[in-house]
Amino acid sequence: MTDAAAGPARGEEMVQLLDATGARRAHPDHDVHLEPAEALEVLRDLVLLRRLDAEAEALQRQGELGLWAGSRGQEAAQVGAARALRRQDHVFPSYRDHGFLLARGVDPLHLLSLFRGVDHGGWDPVEHGVHPYTLVIAAQMLPAVGYAMGVQRDGAVGTGDPARDTAVVACFGDGATSQGEAAEALNWAAVYNAPVVFLCQNNQWAISEPVRQQSTVPLHRRAEGAGVPGVLVDGNDVLAVLSVVRSALERARSGGGPTFVEAYTYRMGAHTTADDPGRYRDAAEVDAWREKDPIDRFRAHLRAEGVLDDAFEERLAAEADAFAERLRAGVQDMADPEPASMFEHAYAEPHPQVVAERDEFLAAWARHEQDEQHATAGRDR
Amino acid sequence: MHQRFALPDVGEGLTEAEIVSWKVRAGDTVAVNDVLVEIETAKSLVELPSPYAGTVVQLLAAEGSTVEVGSDIVVIGDAAAGAEPAGPAVPAEPAEPSGSAASGGAVGEESSGATLVGYGTRESTARRRRAAPPAPRPEQPQAPAAPASGPVLAKPPVRKLARDLGVDLADATPTGPGGTVTRADVLALVPSAPAEPARREDRHERERHVPIRGVRKATAAAMVESAFSAPHVTVFTTVDATRTMKLVRRLKEDPEFAGVRVSPLLLVAKALLVAVRRNPDINATWDGDNQVIVVKNYVNLGIAVATPRGLLVPNVKDADEMTLKQLAVSLGEVAGRARDGKAQPADLAEGTITITNVGTFGIDTGTPILNPGEAAILAVGKIAQKPWVHKGKVKPRYLATLSLSFDHRMLDGESGSRALADIAAVLEDPARALTWT
Repeated sequence: MTDAAAGPARGEEMVQLLDATGARRAHPDHDVHLEPAEALEVLRDLVLLRRLDAEAEALQRQGELGLWAGSRGQEAAQVGAARALRRQDHVFPSYRDHGFLLARGVDPLHLLSLFRGVDHGGWDPVEHGVHPYTLVIAAQMLPAVGYAMGVQRDGAVGTGDPARDTAVVACFGDGATSQGEAAEALNWAAVYNAPVVFLCQNNQWAISEPVRQQSTVPLHRRAEGAGVPGVLVDGNDVLAVLSVVRSALERARSGGGPTFVEAYTYRMGAHTTADDPGRYRDAAEVDAWREKDPIDRFRAHLRAEGVLDDAFEERLAAEADAFAERLRAGVQDMADPEPASMFEHAYAEPHPQVVAERDEFLAAWARHEQDEQHATAGRDR
Repeated sequence: MHQRFALPDVGEGLTEAEIVSWKVRAGDTVAVNDVLVEIETAKSLVELPSPYAGTVVQLLAAEGSTVEVGSDIVVIGDAAAGAEPAGPAVPAEPAEPSGSAASGGAVGEESSGATLVGYGTRESTARRRRAAPPAPRPEQPQAPAAPASGPVLAKPPVRKLARDLGVDLADATPTGPGGTVTRADVLALVPSAPAEPARREDRHERERHVPIRGVRKATAAAMVESAFSAPHVTVFTTVDATRTMKLVRRLKEDPEFAGVRVSPLLLVAKALLVAVRRNPDINATWDGDNQVIVVKNYVNLGIAVATPRGLLVPNVKDADEMTLKQLAVSLGEVAGRARDGKAQPADLAEGTITITNVGTFGIDTGTPILNPGEAAILAVGKIAQKPWVHKGKVKPRYLATLSLSFDHRMLDGESGSRALADIAAVLEDPARALTWT
């Protein structure tokens, strides 16, 4: 049995409110009570996120998307954290944080157009409170701290007004902790007491590199040197993540400073559709994590509480099917962008060098189109 | 209406993939996202889900063939289309590697070979389809001869050749698979065409060009590395394995071994483990970087397994600590996984010594090449009854020839020979294992 399958290192206690079977556990510092309606909304978020992931993976395998970074297995970490957000909070996602987008009301077709390569992700970061995806590892962490420092300077921290006090979430993975930006971001956040929550989804694998080769200490303790307290939470327990992130956000909004949350979870699928995890990890490890599935666990809990019944499950399944169908049709309808459009968003106002490049490109494109027509005529003869 | 599914680029920037296995056959009904086929790219082994719901009309690529990204691989019709006569399907098992589509074989294979070539792949890329959707053309059953009418079929390079030579493709007599015009057909229209390319076409039918890739490529690299870095010596002995065969029969009837596969190979493995205990130097590796010979105090016992995808050598970890039954179960598991193409990376790594059972092919003996990094490899020949002098009389006995190749950098003739003699002694009288362990 590998480290990742066995769980966190000896002596490291995870905050857990639901065990792997869905049974409720007590914790001295954390507790969450959800009204039945909200609990079912959380289940719906989890199920639709998984469906988005499955449909996107299939679309990539059918040539409709250029690439897909899967979120299967990490639903609770994302959905639980996103539910702790307030309207005015702002999220800096990485590239696998699809749960945050759904929770913040971004149309998932904006996400799929990014992975299809027809645009750079078209959602409005201000409207939704969620930044564009960052594909460069850890590159979103310093901007997140900067944004949080801006919030501070706007006086939107520690006022006691729940509609005004704002926090920022920086999402990243276990591999990102090895980047220089991660260390810089933690230090700046600590020194300036910035209202930011560092949410590390430790999914055990940085592509093919296991966590044990990334760090000699548990990840949540990496921030202590900078003076940022760390918390380890069971990332497959949606209630525990909600509770831990809620406390961390509240601390940030009230002026208490940054927190590092390590959500201990697992990437059930490949790193991206261009990766084959069978080459570097054992099936037994994946099987061990399947037993800890975040959705099965929450379902079992809701069943035991008498909140969830078959009728709701059926409605949810039908909704997920319709959701997937809408995504499929939406992706297939996406038009290729006009080639010249790539020059339109480089600068807010015309720039002579970009204009020259655009004209040169358009001339080359016209020549290419002409050649293609000749070739087509030759073939059809 | 028929829809064609073109092989997508499932990685980033891949140009081709190998069709590993079809999960559907012509006539099957599929729903959107049902798995159609498993493919292997330079990066990964992945399953492709169907983008269409309907009936599989035709598989356009054979298992084992390599297909370019953008080539159509399957035709899917409306559910009702299932009643229509489908075109000739690819035979279920044309496991011939790519490039062999035109290389003889049964008529049925040749006729279907046409679709393996993937003519006109450029026309069918997803991008083009969106830009200018052509009217869906009904699929026609493709005869081996030229189609009676319709556009002339030829690969793009052949079209270019025709254009360069000023030849009209329609004038050519198509001899290629599925009625396509070949390079030779175009050159035949040019009186002064050099004869050389035609000879090449001819030669193509007399030879089969098998791309070196996958397990074959890995095996080749490992064997070259081993053969030309470790000086091999092989010693042989013939052993009377009659008592071993009796023990195999007894174990097969032993209730403790119910449901466990007991074979002579199991006892050979055990004999090797006993020999390693007495001759630990044969279970070692040469570490040239650090100038040490690393003698292992554990045995990860490798078994050479012929799989549909080539030779694999999975190993049983810590085989020396196992009971005979555990060893039997573990050998069965690792070999089974390898045969099913499900070998885990760990199964294939960190072996310390290997057995190759050439006897299964009816062969008496061989001179095996070491699994790279290991000091010794044992080959077991066919075990069969032959005349043998036993207790002063010629009797029919079960005989087998064993050979042991070893790395002469680490082992001398004496130590290698002793190890082989020990293995033979245990097989001749399995009771020796009791005295030696």
